[in-house]
Amino acid sequence: MSILDEPSAEGRFGEFGGRFVPETLVPACQELEAAFRDAWADPIFRGDLNQLLGEYAGRPSMLTECHNLGRSLGIRLILKREDLNHTGSHKINNVLGQAMLAKRMGKTRLVAETGAGQHGVASATAAALLGMSCKVYMGAVDVERQSLNVFRMKLLGAEVEAVQSGSRTLKDAVNEAMRDWVATVSETYYCLGSVMGPHPYPWMVREFQRIIGEEAFTQCRELLHGDDPDFVVACVGGGSNAMGIFSGFIDTSTARLIGVEPAGGAAVGRGVPGVVHGMRSYLMQDEHGQVQEAHSISAGLDYPGVGPEHSYLASIGRAEYPTVTDDEVISAFQLMARSEGIIPALECAHAMAWIVREAPKMQGKVVLMNLSGRGDKDVGQMMEILG
Amino acid sequence: MTFGRMETEFRAKREQGRKLLVPYVTGGLTGWQQAIRAAADAGADAIEIGIPFSDPVMDGPVIQEASQRALDAGVTPLSIFEEARELEVGIPLAVMCYYNTIHHAGHERFAYQLVSAGISAAIVPDLPLEESGLWCAAADAAGIETVMLAAPTAPDERLPRIAARSRGFLYSVGLLGVTGERLSLAASATALAKRLKAVTDVPVLVGVGVSNAAQAREACMVADGVIQGASVVRRLMDGGPEAVGEYVAEVRAAITF
Ligand SMILES: Cc1ncc(COP(=O)(O)O)c(C=O)c1O
Repeated sequence: MSILDEPSAEGRFGEFGGRFVPETLVPACQELEAAFRDAWADPIFRGDLNQLLGEYAGRPSMLTECHNLGRSLGIRLILKREDLNHTGSHKINNVLGQAMLAKRMGKTRLVAETGAGQHGVASATAAALLGMSCKVYMGAVDVERQSLNVFRMKLLGAEVEAVQSGSRTLKDAVNEAMRDWVATVSETYYCLGSVMGPHPYPWMVREFQRIIGEEAFTQCRELLHGDDPDFVVACVGGGSNAMGIFSGFIDTSTARLIGVEPAGGAAVGRGVPGVVHGMRSYLMQDEHGQVQEAHSISAGLDYPGVGPEHSYLASIGRAEYPTVTDDEVISAFQLMARSEGIIPALECAHAMAWIVREAPKMQGKVVLMNLSGRGDKDVGQMMEILG
Repeated sequence: MTFGRMETEFRAKREQGRKLLVPYVTGGLTGWQQAIRAAADAGADAIEIGIPFSDPVMDGPVIQEASQRALDAGVTPLSIFEEARELEVGIPLAVMCYYNTIHHAGHERFAYQLVSAGISAAIVPDLPLEESGLWCAAADAAGIETVMLAAPTAPDERLPRIAARSRGFLYSVGLLGVTGERLSLAASATALAKRLKAVTDVPVLVGVGVSNAAQAREACMVADGVIQGASVVRRLMDGGPEAVGEYVAEVRAAITF
């Protein structure tokens, strides 16, 4: 069995995943699963989505080889440029798929959670394009540190609610979006932003993000004259950009798959299996099963859980989940800007930070990194940090 | 089939024409034990003890705040069980807890902890039928009654399956939404209770959005009883245990036909 197959009927990847939702949402999840299955098998839906991805989002995204950094690190460093997509990150791939599905299901309203605001911006964008209303829940802490994206969402016509409960970050935004969905389930589509949540979301979002890996695999074969990269590296919040790029290499190559988590939000590294947000997965929790607050410089990775496919990949040893510190990320962010003229999102600066740290052990190797987003949104926060 | 303590008592009381009243109290909240005693004295038939959780997705602002206060005060599931053991109120106790609390403790261990705390039943709002197998097996073995929830969104074919798996009573979710007080009883509350009564003889209690005595009376026109959550917890936070007792007495009077 390949992990790229469908999960089990219960939505399990190994012992992870499932559908742990309030009874009110069970029929909605079942309906969504059926609708996605139907749409995904429909060549017209696939064709329409591909057209949007090409003409609106700007796919395929290109590969860029970083000659300056590669030379100084002693590796071949290749970037998959998801930062160049419309709205500035990989999130648009998933959102266009889900928004088209919502429309097909006759829903008129999107709700979404967001951490860094990239998923919120993508959702607001798709809602504007497809003529739906959109409400985005964002932790109050993140509203502060990603204020540029808050204003972008408002410009796009979305309503943004600052969530004041709990740790006031991504985890609490998910709670609030789920509460909204429970109350408005007949007209509302919950546009989840990562490979997490109850079945079918982890599977569906991975399918929508798979295009990153499929493109990258072919592009690498061309660039590397038939070879594959030795390492495929991506940052992991919920894990959608990582699952997207890993998908192209899990079965087809022997590349080492590296999902980089923030030290303060290391679900795989420091978590034990738990159940929150509809899924069983690795989760940072205290001795009584209370979910712990994550702490990361990056709003998009400030999440104590992780998508169930990553828990599964970790449990079978097909992918590794190391961590990097905020300080390493700040250095990598600046290094990338100065040596390559590319300002990365703080999220994927985590992937870069791991590469910089581990480069001495990877001399002469080919490293493919998913540059999941651009750093414009982080410039204000970095201005404060760097003074 | 032999019934557990709560279901046995509920069926007997229903037989006598009594409507069932289950107030919800957040465990560990200041005054919670006195509030439970006051509620029992004022005519409650069972008490639902909320186990505070960091991520209560089925709860609205009032119960969220109560949970947060309890967590900030260092309350844990075990500290609540310790204190629950001292209650001795003469009516059955149930816990309302999110599934991770059980999952983290381990199914068998959690069931055992409930039994040793003198708790009869468990309500787990994020554990739907399809995921309930492991917990229900452990609970059944320990003699803990697992109350299942049914929601207005369920298609007809789903309701008998939920009812068949429910022990103690069947929780009929009153509206589409989270716990909290509403101005009026949603039409869905009586509609779902009616659908459930048609397919099961397990006692059907309406909870979520039953916000005052008049709404409780309205729900009890169809259902076998009500669960009162946010309206009780708000009174405990604002007025203390006596306010809870007065309120429960008022609801009891309203549902005595
Ligand atoms: C640019 C970017 N990368 C990564 C992430 C993390 O999400 P995921 O792990 O689902 O890719 C975010 C989330 O906000 C993001 O904006």
